[in-house]
Amino acid sequence: MSHAIDVTDADFAAKVLASPRPVVVDFWADWCAPCKKLSPILDELAETFDGQIDFVKIDTNENMGVPAQYGVLRLPTILVFSGGEVVKQFTGAVPKLQLRKALEEVA
Amino acid sequence: MSDEVREIIIVGSGPAGYTAAIYAARAELKPLVLEGSITAGGALMNTTEVENFPGFSDGIMGPDLMDQMRAQAEKFGAEFITDDAIELRLDGPIKTVVDSEGTEHKAKAVILAMGSGYKRLGLPDEDRLSGRGVSWCATCDGFFFKNKPIVVAGGGDSAVEEATFLSRFGTSVTIVHRRDELRASKIMVARAEADPKINFAWNSQITAINGETKVESVTVRDTLTGELRTIPAEGVFVAIGHEPRSELVKDQVHLDSAGYIKVVDRSTRTNLSGVFACGDLVDHTYRQAVTAAGSGCAAALDAERFLLELADSEVLASAAS
Repeated sequence: MSHAIDVTDADFAAKVLASPRPVVVDFWADWCAPCKKLSPILDELAETFDGQIDFVKIDTNENMGVPAQYGVLRLPTILVFSGGEVVKQFTGAVPKLQLRKALEEVA
Repeated sequence: MSDEVREIIIVGSGPAGYTAAIYAARAELKPLVLEGSITAGGALMNTTEVENFPGFSDGIMGPDLMDQMRAQAEKFGAEFITDDAIELRLDGPIKTVVDSEGTEHKAKAVILAMGSGYKRLGLPDEDRLSGRGVSWCATCDGFFFKNKPIVVAGGGDSAVEEATFLSRFGTSVTIVHRRDELRASKIMVARAEADPKINFAWNSQITAINGETKVESVTVRDTLTGELRTIPAEGVFVAIGHEPRSELVKDQVHLDSAGYIKVVDRSTRTNLSGVFACGDLVDHTYRQAVTAAGSGCAAALDAERFLLELADSEVLASAAS
């Protein structure tokens, strides 16, 4: 049970920027078909990296502050934060293997 | 499990792969479909309404159509793995397909249906500004360009569909096209021409995408006069066509100069025995959901016949010994 939890503009700083562990943030919206494909892949990776990396998602339709702050203009976008900084970034649909390899470097 | 040799593996989904799966499953060949981790369902997953697939007089949403095809194949016994093939070994009587977990799947016949990916403009700043205003999916990203000027590159059905969709968000949508008329179907052209927000930059080619941290404008060159001009744009949607996803098999299967898999005459047979190809991977002419589905059907029938002949020759060989 490590489904990515929802974060919002309001709790982004506390849950992501202040996290002691690396955090994968999935920017999505319900009209984005590739986002729906990515979601189960992230759930699977969340289990693989359980205890090492946290996984959260943010609905860009409900929360526009954080996407604007990080210049997100394409969905899906994945940002990986460590110590409050973006350390990895993926835009568009990224295959599972590529994500897993990138996360192995962060974990 | 990995020692099991199946009758048939289908690599890729979309109308071609799923139709091949429906036919192969109904032939009781228990096909395994490696449908792709993120590409499952194929190009139609990123479209809105499909108005030209026969049988749907009110139109159908692309993702719904693909879900239906998948469910139909599943009903007849097709198995699915939602992962990518990362290696294919297609030579010899037993073919091996390796998924991204490293699991090997083996079969006597393989149908290739990996489809096509978006073609890029090939400009130096395209990668840098990808996700910073450059996009390949209007339905995903149009929302970010509410009340912003938008440019769409291309002149086919997908370019015009994207432009029409984007005009509800942008202050203006400029279709930049190399020729002086669109290739898109007449009904879609008429729709775009009637849209007050859509403009056309004819005989124009994008030569640069400009902007420091995000897209601010594009530079276009007039293909007749060579003159350069700048069009302000915060969103640049690239819809200049697709290229076949044949990279994985390029050293094994014969390709044409554009990277499409070559098939024998009107069949789906490749140069390798027991390997068939269908859909956008072989078709640079028609490229429709319904033609892809038709070629997926043909691939399953060709594979079924191949497997029958293989079984016959095995019976004859054992009778002779």
